[in-house]
Amino acid sequence: MTDVIKLTYKVDGEDFTRAGEASSDLKGKLKKMNVPPDAIRKVAIAMYEGEINMVIHAHGGEITVEISKDCITMVLADRGPGIKNVELAMQAGYSTAPDNIRTLGFGAGMGLPNMKKYTDEMKIDTELGVGTTVTMRVNIA
Amino acid sequence: MEEEFYHSVHLDSSLCMGCINCIKRCPTQAIRVHNGKAVIKKEFCIDCGECIRICPHHAKKATYDSLDVLQNYEYTVALPAPSLYAQFNNVDDVDIILKALVKMGFDDVFEVSSAAEIVSEYSRKYLEENACGRPFISTACPTVVRLIRVRFPSLIPHLLPFNAPVDIVASIAVQRAMKKTGLPREKIGIIFISPCPAKVTACKVPLGMEKSEVDAVVAIKDVYPRLLSHMSHDDYDNVSYSSSGRIGVGWGNSGGEAGGLLTDSYLAADGIENVIRVLEDLEDQKFTDLDFIELDACSGGCVGGVMTVENPYVAQAKLKRLCKYLPVAKTHVPITGELFRKITFEKPIEYRPVFKLGKTFSESFDKMAMVEDLIDKLPGLDCGSCGAPTCKALAEDIVRGEATLRDCAVLLRQYLSNVPESELGDNVEEERQ
Repeated sequence: MTDVIKLTYKVDGEDFTRAGEASSDLKGKLKKMNVPPDAIRKVAIAMYEGEINMVIHAHGGEITVEISKDCITMVLADRGPGIKNVELAMQAGYSTAPDNIRTLGFGAGMGLPNMKKYTDEMKIDTELGVGTTVTMRVNIA
Repeated sequence: MEEEFYHSVHLDSSLCMGCINCIKRCPTQAIRVHNGKAVIKKEFCIDCGECIRICPHHAKKATYDSLDVLQNYEYTVALPAPSLYAQFNNVDDVDIILKALVKMGFDDVFEVSSAAEIVSEYSRKYLEENACGRPFISTACPTVVRLIRVRFPSLIPHLLPFNAPVDIVASIAVQRAMKKTGLPREKIGIIFISPCPAKVTACKVPLGMEKSEVDAVVAIKDVYPRLLSHMSHDDYDNVSYSSSGRIGVGWGNSGGEAGGLLTDSYLAADGIENVIRVLEDLEDQKFTDLDFIELDACSGGCVGGVMTVENPYVAQAKLKRLCKYLPVAKTHVPITGELFRKITFEKPIEYRPVFKLGKTFSESFDKMAMVEDLIDKLPGLDCGSCGAPTCKALAEDIVRGEATLRDCAVLLRQYLSNVPESELGDNVEEERQ
């Protein structure tokens, strides 16, 4: 029997209207799998924030999700500009989003903090000019 | 006790042609075509009525009571939904409709909109007193409550814990009728005039309460022609049955309930697909700074119900016109302990994970892995020929043991095209041509 269910999603960096598609698909699958609602809620929020980040800052990328019997691991990889100061980016309210993005109601500086808040583990690997990979894990209680 | 997944929406299989219109339209993928006939999975159905709208053969129907039900009681009280008023032209006085209800055979009339005003008042108070848990989601549309119950568990705590206006007005109407007539409860018929099948289901199998006081539910479309012949502008008596104003009557239109809350911090979505999008976004916490979410499964609001007559948007315009002549509100009921009990949920709404693939997480996990494998094998055309709405839905049916890969017409055709002609019967060449 399979131990890990692996799903991949492409995130189109140019299309705001499609941000949330990956989160929505994953949510639907988890609900069909009897995953506790609280874990699903955390995954949905973290994944959506992550997707939006990839669209706003990094021209899209790829999300790999691994569902095991203990946890859900989401790896969001982009080839965007990288994060200059991770510590600063993790502060609630800190944002580098340009004005045109802010006027759309995004860029409140809560993306990364929320992703950390709603996951059991979060790791950021980033290199300037190369890209960022955010790995998040939500435990299935 | 009615079964938990009773539904008003049902299939008349003698009319069903086995086409795929309904399976494609159903927002919860509750319908399959098996052996040439549609089958509704009752756990998945939320009584939205979309299949009734789309079915070209009128095989999807709503169960409701016929007007003969009035004969079963010594004293009957009509509970008209505000959407009833939106069916008629040039009505600037609600009493023309309410008096016609009495002329057509009801003994008394009690507007559902009067209880809507009570719920509006309670909701305003509830919003004031509860800083946490926003945004609150309206529980007036039974389809929406049923959808959240089976698909959006994390939003259940956001539900406004109030019974629907019709159930509240029914229990007030029972007391009033018993006091007035001295008759025992069973001789009094409390009869709701409904725009939709979801309300029929909700009266029979309510979610927030043990039992609704509504005894029968009739359709607006049945009442409409009878009522027309009794409506007249020429009644000059002083009798009035009107007991609600603009706030209550406005509930019939999408945005009407929210309008009664006197806040700008709300959104009102109508149409089941739009409702689902809003719920998905709410679940992802896309918007958290709103106070109130009004959701109506039907386009236009209750005026768009499948048991109404008028085009929903024309009906909206008519209801707005009527509201112009009404005072803001008429219902001023003192908030007593007893009324409070009628208004608030007796029992909480509980998550019913009907879409799960297996009994346990472990079993569902294994089945989801199988679904993923099957999806790779299926053509991904979502043609519906197998009787499931999408290839993904067929894959899920297969792991649930309700279908097999052989149901896929595309795979079958591929298979046949690989079989040497000598092995297929004599008339294959003919058929291929």
